[in-house]
Parts: sequence; structure tokens; C-alpha cells
Amino acid sequence: MATVELRFSAQPEHVRTARLVAAAVARRAGVDEAVLDEVRLAVGEACSRAVGLHRSHGITAPVRVVLTDEDKTFSIEVGDEVPAPGSDGSRAASGSGGAADEDADGEDEMGLAVISGLVDDMEVSSTDEGGVIRMSWPTAPVSVLP
Amino acid sequence: MDLSLSTRNVSGPAGDRTVVEVGGEIDVYTAPKLREQLVELVNDGSYHLVVDMEGVDFLDSTGLGVLVGGLKRVRAHEGSLRLVCNQERILKIFRITGLTKVFPIHTTVEEAVAATD
Repeated sequence: MATVELRFSAQPEHVRTARLVAAAVARRAGVDEAVLDEVRLAVGEACSRAVGLHRSHGITAPVRVVLTDEDKTFSIEVGDEVPAPGSDGSRAASGSGGAADEDADGEDEMGLAVISGLVDDMEVSSTDEGGVIRMSWPTAPVSVLP
Repeated sequence: MDLSLSTRNVSGPAGDRTVVEVGGEIDVYTAPKLREQLVELVNDGSYHLVVDMEGVDFLDSTGLGVLVGGLKRVRAHEGSLRLVCNQERILKIFRITGLTKVFPIHTTVEEAVAATD
């Protein structure tokens, strides 16, 4: 079960909220302080990408962020509802084309480049239901108070 | 924390420079404001820019995209865009994306203003 689950409407101003929540939950889960900046940046990139995808495809559904404190790892899943290319209502088919889309795609790739540079354990998957970026970080063992 | 922007003109040994002091968070929400500021400066004829990032708490790829866009615009007028940054957390993002090869990054505004290619 998710430790914390967050859904927000696909508006850029809410990405900051997602960053703050993710960093707070990660800290509580025992992710090293030195790595929290990376968590903040990576979740921000993933959420910005999802917001951009929802907006460019006219999807009104919220972006979903699932934060899970597992044994020895802390994982974050950021899900969008844009179907994978090639499936019904694919990204390519619904795009209107033109310079604006190319710009958005460029930023999209840069965001993924930053995430993959930051996070050792990350995977991107996409189905006809939407895309998910999954990232995880090790957590320090929690010392049990006497 | 929101984005703060202020600009000032400085005359240095290499000529006139416009220093853009940026503070706060540059992300998908605030980056358009920085983009507008850079576009406005270039449209008004300021082609040599120094972006002081010492007050920046957070920078993501949207912010990087805006800086690259600014560089493209000033280069179209044979201008320059230099960055001032000493914060490791911000410099790391430039390194990961290979943009340290694209932007001249200085430790002080004075150094950036005095620099020539």
C-alpha cells in the first residue's frame, strides 16, 4: 500500500506542492539528507513531464504521485493518462503538430535526461492506459529507540 | 518560494553588460517569467547578458530550456549569455545535462562582466 498518494490537477503551479510532499515523505522514510535534493528534482521533472503531457493532449484527469516506503527502499511513481504511441488515442495521433509540440517534446526529453542522470534505479513504462515513471532510492536503516 | 527577477546595466572592460539577478525557484510554473524577461531584454537590444543564479534555490529542466533559449537569442545578435553560480546542487544539473560545455559559468558577477570570448 502506498504510504502517501497525491493527485493534482495538471497545472504547473501544483508541481511545487508535489516536490515538497515527496521530499517530506522521503525524509521521513529515511532517505539520506544528501539525496533529498535529487528526490525533489527527479519528482519535479517527472511531474512537469506529466503535466505537459496532460495539457498538450487536453486530458482533464489529475496527475498521480504514489510515494511508498518499502523495506530498505523508498519509491516514487508518477503516472500520466496519456496512452502510449501506437495504441488507441496515441500521442502521435492526438498531437496537432507544429513548433509548439516540438518544443514540448524537447523539454520532455530533457526532463527524462535529468531524471536518468540523477536516479540510478528508474524505469519508464507506457501502456494504452498511460505512462508511469518509477524511481527508487535506498533508505537508511531506522534505529529502534530503547 | 516564488521567482524574483531584477536587472541592472553594468559597464565593464569588455563593454556594457546586463546583469539579471534571479532568486527563488525556476521550475515549470515560474520559468515562463524568466523567459519573458530574457526575450524582452534581447528585444530591447541587450545582447550581452549575465544571469546571476546565486539566489536560485531550485532549477529544473524547464529552467535549463529557458536559459538555452536565451543563449540562442543573444547568439543571433552575436551576443553572449554568461552564468554566475557557485552552488553545487545547481551546478550538478548543468553537469548532468552536459550544459557546462554550452554556458560559460563564473564564480562572481565581476568576473562574468569582465570576461571576453
